[in-house]
Amino acid sequence: MKNPFKNNSQLIQLLQQVDKLLTLPPFTNRQYNFMEICGTHTVSILKYGFRNYFKGRINFLSGPGCPVCVTSQKDIDKVISLAQMGVRIATFGDLIKVPGSKSSLEEQMALGKKVDVVYNPLDCLKIANETDEEVVFIAVGFETTIPVIASLVLDAEKTGMENLSILPLMKTIPNILNFLLSNLENEIEGFICPGHVSVIIGKKPYKIIPERFEIPCVIAGFEPVDIGLAIESLVSQIRIQTSMVDNRYKRAVKENGNPAARRLIAEVFEQADVEWRGFGEVPASGLKLRERFSKFDAEKKFNIKVEKVAEPKGCICGEVIAGKKHPSECKLFGKECTPDSPIGPCMVSYEGACSAFYKYGEQ
Amino acid sequence: MCLAVPYKIISKKGIKAIADVFGIKKEIDIRILDDVNVNDYVLVHAGFAIQKLDQEEAKTTLDLLREISEESV
Ligand code: SF4
Repeated sequence: MKNPFKNNSQLIQLLQQVDKLLTLPPFTNRQYNFMEICGTHTVSILKYGFRNYFKGRINFLSGPGCPVCVTSQKDIDKVISLAQMGVRIATFGDLIKVPGSKSSLEEQMALGKKVDVVYNPLDCLKIANETDEEVVFIAVGFETTIPVIASLVLDAEKTGMENLSILPLMKTIPNILNFLLSNLENEIEGFICPGHVSVIIGKKPYKIIPERFEIPCVIAGFEPVDIGLAIESLVSQIRIQTSMVDNRYKRAVKENGNPAARRLIAEVFEQADVEWRGFGEVPASGLKLRERFSKFDAEKKFNIKVEKVAEPKGCICGEVIAGKKHPSECKLFGKECTPDSPIGPCMVSYEGACSAFYKYGEQ
Repeated sequence: MCLAVPYKIISKKGIKAIADVFGIKKEIDIRILDDVNVNDYVLVHAGFAIQKLDQEEAKTTLDLLREISEESV
């Protein structure tokens, strides 16, 4: 399938239009700070050269939108402690290399512990079916992934699965944006909202951002032209002094998102205060299993107890995902910390800001 | 991790469908889409179709792009 959204000539014209806008007030004397929430946007912005192109005019900050990066050190330790107990772990591949305070899943695998990497969480049903061992799926993810995790729990209930549970580490986006603006000192002046989270939640949950903070938002796709359209939207909104939630990814994001997916989420999970790396506990920013499904909660089933631990010394992942610092400001970046021997999760995940900066170069 | 890729639906049965991505056929779950038909393009994430890609809207976005670009000429 030929993809018209990769079209270079249209992108060039679009960028020329943005260039023109950026010569007009209020843009003339300073750099503007836009935050892309989603890690996949961070990668697109670096990979297609947008960061370089707008250097000195637009500063792109990467936000808390990589599920692995926002998982707290304590939660990573819970995963490791499950593996140490001899429970069979099923996980998305990104988590394997994330260092806990003493070990990583990768190390546990080397020590002979069983870890299955799954692409589709429903594969856990098959794994659990074929073994008598206890299987735990490490449930990280945002709204994009949570309907799939909800389906896993419902199917496990339906088939009377006794040896399968999940470690609930899911997080939700809208309240964390509110938190970023209300509690952390950063200078965000526009948000590029995550395209595939928006596929599920639609436009409405973001409205609080322009309404309360007067900060423009744009929902964007991931192709070069999509990023160009998103930047054009934010720049135009600032230029005419308005702020709204503009949907520039209409081919995938409906006004009301995907209600069937949200019904599934609501059937299985309820809102909870959860811990984010670098931010601590944030009210109503994640999900826990409803009472009816509590037997699928690995934290309860295995009575996991871990100490509260400090994040790795010198690692500034927390500040990176808060939009306060760039990966290059970390003293360990590219020296002690590289994708081959990562110190923090932002260097592990393909879409972590540190890994993206490492791969596509600090520009 | 929230990456989703467009697949084309080849056939469907209950909550499962066979879809084509880059010439490879895969089984996907369509339980969270109300109305999917053969030949539709859907966005697939973690084995689930999470939304139908709207061809009309894709066209409208490209038209919008053309308009914006024309302003700059
Ligand atoms: S470079 Fe490594 S140590 Fe520094 S913030 Fe990124 S992940 Fe943490």
